[in-house]
Amino acid sequence: MNRPIPYADPVSTIEAKQETPENPSAARHMTLNMGPQHPSTHGVLRIVLQLEGEVIRSAYPDIGFLHTGIEKQMETRTYAQAVTLTDRVDYLANLSNNLCYCLAVEKLLQMEIPDRAQWLRVMMTEFTRLNSHLVWLGTHALDIGAMSMFFYCFREREDILRILEMFSGQRMMTSYIRVGGVSLEAPRGWQQVVGKFIKGFPSKVDQYEELLNANPIWTRRTQGVGHMAVEDMLDLGITGPMLRAAGVDWDSRKREPYSSYEKFDFRVPVETSNDVWGRYRVRMQEMRESAKIITQVLEGLPEGPFQADAPHVVLPQREKMKTQMEALIYHFKIVTEGYRVPAGEVFQCIEAPRGEIGYYIVSDGTQKPYRVHMRTPSFGNLQGLPKLLENTLIADSIAALGSMDFVLGDTDR
Amino acid sequence: MNYFILALIKTGIVVGVFMHVLAYLQWIERKVIAHVQLRVGPRRVGPHGLLQPLADVIKLITKEDMIPSHVNKVFYYLAPFVAVLFALISISVIPFGPEIEVFGIRTNMSLADPGIGVLFILGISGMGVYGVALAGWASNNKYSLMGGLRSSAQMISYELPMALAIAAPLLILNTLSLREIGEKQGGFVLGVIPNWTIFSGGQIVSFFLFMVAAFAETNRVPFDLPEAENELVAGFHTEYSSMKFASFFMAEYANMVTVSAMATLLFLGGWHPIFPVEYGANFIPTLIHWGGAAILFYHAAQPARPFDKYTYPVFGVIFLGIGGVFLIPFLQPILMPLFWFCAKVLTILFVFIWVRATLPRFRYDQLMSFAWTFMFPVALVNLFVTALVVALS
Repeated sequence: MNRPIPYADPVSTIEAKQETPENPSAARHMTLNMGPQHPSTHGVLRIVLQLEGEVIRSAYPDIGFLHTGIEKQMETRTYAQAVTLTDRVDYLANLSNNLCYCLAVEKLLQMEIPDRAQWLRVMMTEFTRLNSHLVWLGTHALDIGAMSMFFYCFREREDILRILEMFSGQRMMTSYIRVGGVSLEAPRGWQQVVGKFIKGFPSKVDQYEELLNANPIWTRRTQGVGHMAVEDMLDLGITGPMLRAAGVDWDSRKREPYSSYEKFDFRVPVETSNDVWGRYRVRMQEMRESAKIITQVLEGLPEGPFQADAPHVVLPQREKMKTQMEALIYHFKIVTEGYRVPAGEVFQCIEAPRGEIGYYIVSDGTQKPYRVHMRTPSFGNLQGLPKLLENTLIADSIAALGSMDFVLGDTDR
Repeated sequence: MNYFILALIKTGIVVGVFMHVLAYLQWIERKVIAHVQLRVGPRRVGPHGLLQPLADVIKLITKEDMIPSHVNKVFYYLAPFVAVLFALISISVIPFGPEIEVFGIRTNMSLADPGIGVLFILGISGMGVYGVALAGWASNNKYSLMGGLRSSAQMISYELPMALAIAAPLLILNTLSLREIGEKQGGFVLGVIPNWTIFSGGQIVSFFLFMVAAFAETNRVPFDLPEAENELVAGFHTEYSSMKFASFFMAEYANMVTVSAMATLLFLGGWHPIFPVEYGANFIPTLIHWGGAAILFYHAAQPARPFDKYTYPVFGVIFLGIGGVFLIPFLQPILMPLFWFCAKVLTILFVFIWVRATLPRFRYDQLMSFAWTFMFPVALVNLFVTALVVALS
C-alpha cells in the first residue's frame, strides 16, 4: 500500500514557489500548463512551463498520452504481422519504420534482397521523407503564423499520397515494405506519374522558399532562435536535421549505408547556425536531395525480381498460389503459423525524416519476436526540450518546438 | 422634429448597412483566403455560401452561453459589450459622401459631423483596448491574461505612431472635421492627378505608417499577438463562447472598417473619384458592374460546377441592374460618392485579408521594438518634415 506513486504530476512537483538563493525570482513565476490540448503541441504533448512574464524559466515535458503499447503488441504477432504495426509508430514516416524493421528481421534471417526491391525501397522511403518534411514545413509555418503555407505543402503531399496509393493501395498505412522485399510490383505507368511529380517538385520548393526566405518576419522569427549546445545534443541523443543544423555531418545513409544507398549520388546538407532557421534550411535542402534520389531511381531502376527468393518467408504470388501446390502449402504455412527466425539479437538503424530510427529485435527462434525495442528519433529529440526552451520567450518556444519536428506517436509508441 | 426624424432614418440606414457589411466581411474574408489557399471557401449555405453569415449569426445567437465558474462575472459580462460598443461608435462620425439634397432636404452623408471628428475616432479607438484588457483579466485564465496584457501594450504602443502619422496630413489639410477633410481633397492637380493627401509631398510615408499602425490597432496579422492562436490558444477570448465571442469578432471587423474608412478619408481622397468626371469617371461604376456581369455570363456558359449554370446568370442580371442604376442622373449625386468611398474602403479591407493569408506573425518583443525604434522615429521625422514644408510654402 505504501508503494511510491509511479507518476508524479509535474505541476505539483515544481510548483514550490518559495524563493531560494538559487532561484531568487521563483515567487514571481507563473506555472502554465500547455497541452495536452493545445494547437501547437502537434498531438498530445503536455508541457508544464514556469513563466516569468513572457520568458520561460523551465519547461517540463510530460509524454505518454498517445501510448499504444506497440512494442508489447509486437511480441504477440508473427514477424510478418508485425510489419503493419510499424506503420503506426510514426504516422508521418510509415515506410521508414517498415524499412528499419524489415532490415532488422532480414539481418536475422540472413536474406539477400534483390536490387530492384532495394531501389524501390529507397524511392519509397525518400517519398516518405518528402511527405514528412512537407507536413513539417506546413505546420511549422502555421505555428509561426504563415497560414497559407500549410495548404501549399499539403497540395504536394496529396500528390505523394496518391503515388503511395498507386504503389501499395493505401495512402498512409501502406505496409509496402515487407520482409524479403516489397509487397507489390511497381504498378503500370508509375514512371509517368512519379516523373511528372519529381519534375515539378523542385519548382514547388522554390515557391516555398520564395514565400518564406525573403520575408523579414520569417527570418526574424527563426534566426538565432532555439539554440542548443552541440555537446548537449550529442549527450541527449538528438539526431537528424536538428543535429545536422548544428554542424554535425551525421547521416546514416552515408555513414552506414543500407538498402544500397551507397549507389546513389546525393549530398547531406549541413548548416552551422544551430537555430530554427538552420533546421529549416537543412530540411528544405533535404527535400531537394530526396527529389534527386528519386530521379535516380526513376532513371536506373534495375530489372529483376521485387522479392527475395525465399519461399519460406515471402508469400507466393497469387497466380502461383492458385496453380501450384508447393506455393499453396507455403502460403498456408506462412499465413497460419508464420516463419521461424533464428535465435539471436540484432540492431538496425536507418535515417528517418526525423532522425535515426533503431530497431532492436531479440528472437528466441519462434515465429514471434521475443522483444522488439525501438529507438525513435522523436523521443530522442524531445529529450532536448527542457534545454531548448530554457530562458526563451513563449513565442520562440512555439518556433523551437516546431523545429524539433516530433511526432507524438513516435515518442510514445 | 424634422431633425429627429432625419437622424432616425439615417441611423437606421447606417446601422442596418453596417451590420450587414460586418457579417459579409467575414464571408469575403473566408472566400478570399480560401482562394489564396487553393480552396473554394463556403459554398453550402445559399448560392456560393452567400447565406453563410446569416447561418453563422443564427448559430452564434442560439448557442449555449457557457460561463466558466472561475470568472469574475461583472467584468466578464462587461468586456464584450465594451469592446463592441467602442468599435461600433466610430462609424457615427464617418462621412460617406458630401452634403447632398434628397427630396428637398439638405443633409450630410454622415450621422454626426463634429468639428473634431479625427480626435473623436482616435479617442474611441483608444477606449477599445479596455474591452480586450478586461476580457483577459476577467476570464481568470492564464492564456487570456497574457493575451489581454499583450493587447494592451500593443494597442497603446501603436497609438502613438498612428496619431503622429495622422498629424502630418492634418497639417496640410488644416482641419479636424472629417467632412472638411474629405471636401478639401476634391479637384485635380494639372487636371489629372487627384488632389489626394497621399499624392501631396511625402504623405505616402504617413500613409504606410498609418496602415502599419492600423494593422496593429485592429490586432490583425502580422500583429495578431493578443489572439495568437498557436501560442495562446485564442488569447483574450479563450473563455468566451456564443454571442459574447461573436461580439469580439464583430468588434474586430468594425475596427477594420473604421480604420479603412479613416485611411480613405485622410489619404485617399474620401469620396472623390480617381480621375476627373470630364473624362468619364461617372461611367466607372457602370463599367465595373457590367464587366462583372459579363464575366458571370461567360462562366455561366461554361460552368465549373453544375449549379453555376443557374446562379451565375441571376447574379449577372443583378449586376447589370446595379450598373444601370448608376446611370440614372437623378441618383448620381448620391451614388457616385458612395461608390468611390466604398470601393476605396473595400480595397483596403482586401489588403487586410490578403496580408492575413500571406504573412507570418511578429514576435512580441519584435513588435514592441518595431513600434518604438522604427515607427515612432520615422513618424516624428515625417511630421517635422511635413511641418517644415507647410511652414515654408
